[in-house]
Amino acid sequence: MSERLKSPTRRNLLKGGALLSGAALTGAAVPARADDPAITNLQPWMQELGDGVDAMPYGAPSQYEAHVKRRTVEWLTADRISSINFTPLHELDGIITPNGLCFERHHGGVAHVDPAQHRLMINGLVETELVFTMEDIMRFPRENRIYFLECAANSGMEWRGAQLNGCQFTHGMIHNVMYTGVPLRLLLEEAGLKTNAKWLMPEGADAAAMTRSIPLEKALDDCLVAFKMNGEALRPEQGYPLRLVVPGWEGNMWIKWLRRIEVGDEPWHHREETSKYTDLMANGKARRFTWEMDCKSVITNPSPQAPLLHKSGHTVLTGVAWSGRGTIPRVDITLDGGKNWHAARLDGPSFDKSMHRFYFEFDWDGTPLLLQSRAHDSTGYIQPTKNELRAVRGENSIYHNNAIQTWHLRENGEAENVEIS
Amino acid sequence: MLKFLSILATGTLLLTGSATAGSFNLGRAATPAEVAAWNIDVRPDGQGLPDGRGTVEQGDEIFAERCAVCHGDFAEGVDRWPVLSGGDDTLTSDRPVKTIGSYWPYLSTVFDYVNRAMPFGDAQSLKPDEVYAITAFLLYANDLVEDDFELSHENFTSVRLPNEDGFYMDDREASPIFKKRNVCMTDCKADVKITARAQVLDVTPEETETETEAVSAASASVSHPEPVIAALDDALIEKGAKVFKKCKACHQVGDKAKNRVGPILNGIIGQQAAVVSGFKYSKALKKLNDDGLVWSDENLDAFLTKPKTFVKGTKMAFAGLKKEKDRVALIEYLKSHSQ
Repeated sequence: MSERLKSPTRRNLLKGGALLSGAALTGAAVPARADDPAITNLQPWMQELGDGVDAMPYGAPSQYEAHVKRRTVEWLTADRISSINFTPLHELDGIITPNGLCFERHHGGVAHVDPAQHRLMINGLVETELVFTMEDIMRFPRENRIYFLECAANSGMEWRGAQLNGCQFTHGMIHNVMYTGVPLRLLLEEAGLKTNAKWLMPEGADAAAMTRSIPLEKALDDCLVAFKMNGEALRPEQGYPLRLVVPGWEGNMWIKWLRRIEVGDEPWHHREETSKYTDLMANGKARRFTWEMDCKSVITNPSPQAPLLHKSGHTVLTGVAWSGRGTIPRVDITLDGGKNWHAARLDGPSFDKSMHRFYFEFDWDGTPLLLQSRAHDSTGYIQPTKNELRAVRGENSIYHNNAIQTWHLRENGEAENVEIS
Repeated sequence: MLKFLSILATGTLLLTGSATAGSFNLGRAATPAEVAAWNIDVRPDGQGLPDGRGTVEQGDEIFAERCAVCHGDFAEGVDRWPVLSGGDDTLTSDRPVKTIGSYWPYLSTVFDYVNRAMPFGDAQSLKPDEVYAITAFLLYANDLVEDDFELSHENFTSVRLPNEDGFYMDDREASPIFKKRNVCMTDCKADVKITARAQVLDVTPEETETETEAVSAASASVSHPEPVIAALDDALIEKGAKVFKKCKACHQVGDKAKNRVGPILNGIIGQQAAVVSGFKYSKALKKLNDDGLVWSDENLDAFLTKPKTFVKGTKMAFAGLKKEKDRVALIEYLKSHSQ
């Protein structure tokens, strides 16, 4: 029996791979390649029986994927309850974000709501003020839609310069899932809107009792009251048992633990649309009600947390793009900091107000690169550079930074968040 | 049966026909009391304000007790908690300070938010008069009223904040960025230089932490049962964990616990008062330490019943746990985190 290797860690695997290919390159004309112990050694999983079907009634990722997780940046907020964590975009592919990796933003922590005790009330300018139980809501016709949800403050730390080294931190306040829910229009029609109804105020059942003002046209257009994400019940941190879906608009409006919708004739100007989520301009005035999320993209691989370990040779570059105003028909890629651009290949389904996946395959010669992606949306809007955005916005607006991101890829395959001329 | 009678009494039970305006006949009419219980929102025009009143002086006292631990005695903000006063003339500076006085457009926002979400960790515990008083104090802290001012539902809408006109409707689509334009694809610029680098700032969380956690998470997935400390009551600990939710806005326990607004509570039972390193205790707590007080079931129970009565001058802004069973459960939970 040959000596068994310990289960290799992911990092050792990568190092091992690099060593092997190095050995192959320096070998003689008839390569005396060392035998790969991954083949010649009997691995424990080839011999021993694995777990039975009762070991994991609710599945979890492989133990070798334990590093793939949401992470926070401690210095951003005063505590961990009214705080944020980030989706590990550099570890994902396709367009769907797994439920356990969807970034979280809470203002009073995660409410653990008993669905049997949960009610949705519609009050204000309606014919009949109504109360629904979860069972009532499940009896309305449902729709399935895939939408991105991006926090308005995504990339907000990058206004004054390149700050955080990793697309998880610069762009990770976004996720993209399939929602199952009831069109909000149907619930409002059930209550009967009065003719002077113009605004809605959804409210959460959490300790922050989160509220936002939403114009009625949006509510009647495409908002959903969702109870499932990616086929299963909403996660508690995403608003179980009920959340509002406001497609293409800033994440703060997607009220979680949705318990009430008031109908009114004017906006409420509550904290999250005055003190916060307003965009301060250089002249000291602030934009309010900046709802749509502008067209944006980022290269997720390579990136600072995902270096190119294989060094030169055939290389797959990938990333994501999205727009709160439609679909993404086109993404351009540059390897030389914007001197020359190339068309990326979009792959996977293209849905309205959903994430899109792009790829660009090229032969890397091992020299340093300056990588950028530039998205175009279906309205013809083109993602701006950071300097173009700063010219019209200043550096104090925190929210709605949709600028082009630059990664500096060095000879050794490591990448850094930089800004360029 | 009682419930049925009360529904009849409120007169909202519809015996025939559809309760709803829509075609699905789903849901039921909300009772007036139900709407009143949740309909607490306030608008700039005063709609939704409850009857009540409060003075700057009353607000000062309540603020010191319930709010100052995070927001500071003068609403100047502690650590990274929100600054609520000052910041005049900073909106065009490199570091704008966006406070009630310098930035917020409407006073109703202050009332509504304090009423619905404050104090942090004890939301909706304030009475209308207290919310009026706190709001009055915040006006005073921003130099907008005199110290003898009283705010009420009667004079509320006469108070205007300085930056009311500092906001305008989203006009992004009028900016040059939204103009249709052609993009260059080849030979777009001659020279490119790196002008800023994230590594210079060095504020990204360390990756090494991830790796060590990954190893422990991997071994944990084999799912060993947690070691049980024999003398403790698991069911009680579980109840205590729930009670601890009231504390965790400020306190942490466990391996990764850090001092926050309050000190780490690992091993608190049997520990001398005010000895957690790196935490700035109040004078009152330091005196307990000088007196040699060691936390026990009994004195911690007394402290948790009414913190400010047991330790006059503690900066812990928590009213206390009225129910004995909550205190017992919490103490059991704290014992389960004995270092």
